[in-house]
Amino acid sequence: MSELSMPRCWNKDSKPHRFCPGCGHGLVLKALGLAVDELGLEERLVFACDIGCSLLAWDFFTFPCMQTHHGRTIPVAVGLKRASPDLVAVAYMGDGGGYSIGLQHLFSAALRSDPITAILVNNTVYAMTGGQMAPTTLPGQKTETTPFGREESDTGLPFKGPETLAAVVQPEAYLARGTVARVPLLKKMIKKALERQLQGSFAFVEALSTCPTNWRTSAADTWSFLEQRMSRYYRPGEIATAGREES
Amino acid sequence: MEQAVEGEYRAFMTGNEAVAWAALAAGAHYMFGYPITPQNEIMHLWRRLGSQYERGFLQTEDELAAGFATIGAVVSGKVAFSATAGPGSVLFQEPLSMAEMMRLPVVVVVQQRGGPSTATVIYSQQELTLTCFGGNGEGLRLVYSTASHQELYDYTIKAFHNAWRYRFPTFVLGDGYQAKMREALVLYDPGERGIGPVPAKPIFHSQRRGAEKPLLHLRNSFSVEEELGEVLERHLDDYARAVPALVEHEFFGEPDGALLVVAHGVVGRAARQAVQELRREGRRVNYFRPITLRPFPEQALREALQLSGGSVLVAESAEGQLGNLVRLAASAEGLPDFRSYYRPGVGITAEEIKEAVLNERAVDAALLE
Ligand SMILES: Cc1ncc(C[n+]2csc(CCOP(=O)(O)OP(=O)(O)O)c2C)c(N)n1
Ligand code: SF4
Ligand SMILES: [Mg+2]
Repeated sequence: MSELSMPRCWNKDSKPHRFCPGCGHGLVLKALGLAVDELGLEERLVFACDIGCSLLAWDFFTFPCMQTHHGRTIPVAVGLKRASPDLVAVAYMGDGGGYSIGLQHLFSAALRSDPITAILVNNTVYAMTGGQMAPTTLPGQKTETTPFGREESDTGLPFKGPETLAAVVQPEAYLARGTVARVPLLKKMIKKALERQLQGSFAFVEALSTCPTNWRTSAADTWSFLEQRMSRYYRPGEIATAGREES
Repeated sequence: MEQAVEGEYRAFMTGNEAVAWAALAAGAHYMFGYPITPQNEIMHLWRRLGSQYERGFLQTEDELAAGFATIGAVVSGKVAFSATAGPGSVLFQEPLSMAEMMRLPVVVVVQQRGGPSTATVIYSQQELTLTCFGGNGEGLRLVYSTASHQELYDYTIKAFHNAWRYRFPTFVLGDGYQAKMREALVLYDPGERGIGPVPAKPIFHSQRRGAEKPLLHLRNSFSVEEELGEVLERHLDDYARAVPALVEHEFFGEPDGALLVVAHGVVGRAARQAVQELRREGRRVNYFRPITLRPFPEQALREALQLSGGSVLVAESAEGQLGNLVRLAASAEGLPDFRSYYRPGVGITAEEIKEAVLNERAVDAALLE
């Protein structure tokens, strides 16, 4: 299957999609769609999306979707999976939803190694609400709530999700950070994350993504922010989980 | 702390901006907030101006944290507030329940949006019941429902004062329309209008040597039911005693009334216009707008009903949340002849209210002439 074609499991009736031009969300969902196609999981998949720009994907696929509350997508996916283990649960959220209001849920699911696949879009802002600071906002980055640039002394350092989770997940879990700058690699990561769920483990992929609307960037500046500034702070790649401790 | 508003002057701004300016003018010290539409610009403006006027701001990890951090700030004696809406208001009920139990002067501005859940970011009046009675208690709260930007400014200032004077969590209940539209208002320095500083002082005293006040242990749980019962009785007494000084409403009409139109907030504006036009057309219609929803101006409503032949029409962008308060208040003197124009989650115009009054089959049109 070509990386250029539309994934089979995309719902053609909902295309063209609702994201802004230049938005990375569509590319993450493309990587997910291709991974689902390749694994033939369409019939078993349930997609849960958060409130944030991810909500715009509520009718994106041909498989069922459940739009949840802001920050609460992971517990919904956990409930679904625990009660119906034959389903494949994907929880899709933003960095505000996953790393701020919903962090305890991400953490707890990782601790329990709930067999779900969580995909988090890191665009360094709260996009849907108009561009406020997110836990991932870079040092010095201007947002509506850091109008003079994010200062470490006041709001701390940007949050590195997969690296943090590495300390608490079980060794079998899967942790990775991809980027919309390399969709084929992102697809491979998501595919592994789905496979790891099938094997009974927690899997988490953070995707570095773009938000030209709130960054107020041109196409060229959008890409360089992603490729230069973001990728330097947030290194793409798989993140090793800690080994099992001897007892 | 630098005075943010000096003298008085006319301004043209959004309701969210009016709230931020009011909080600055009232001398609020800190805001804790979490992004949610349609209140975001309160936070944005506060954040920008805050650094100019030495006020603090923290974007918390969620609304629970925003509410509890506001509690921490007021306990230390600082005037603090937050702003939220919709699903954020739902999360605020946990800290607000605690504030209610401990009588803490937390101020929250609520810009209502459509519900339940995420619904719309635009507008509704569906957060009335939640704001008045959201906790697992008796709803010992003060709730101001505003109908103009001037009121947003005036009542935000008043909310801080009365929260600290009476020690009940206090709300300014606006909505997405008021939050986002622009309107003229007068900004003023409350001091120049004889409104002194907010009477804030530390609620919690540390055991410093030589401190005048004894160490105070605040608690939120009780071992036996009688103990709680006594505390609640005291709180309920305090609340009941404060009611006459707190209740506010707007009324106009004549003793010959045949119908009372009741609405609150931005729908009150539509109702006022509708009733003015109906009056000009010779219809005997009166108008009543509760400004405090909690405590509710029950006595004033009953008097207005007496001037209106005991008939009432409630208009609101919710399915009977105001209607229930009106019914309850009126029922002390027998159930009124009750009608409603409910449009949950949807705006209401003066024309629609006029039509609702005139089309109401049960209303004898002749009576209104
Ligand atoms: C309880 C609650 N609080 C706040 C909001 C408002 N809200 C909607 S989307 C959002 C943030 C979205 O940011 P993120 O999760 O990073 O997703 P993005 O839009 O950037 O993709 C917030 C705070 C809400 N819907 N519910
Ligand atoms: S606001 Fe940003 S994240 Fe949301 S759709 Fe537009 S570009 Fe994408
Ligand atoms: Mg985001």
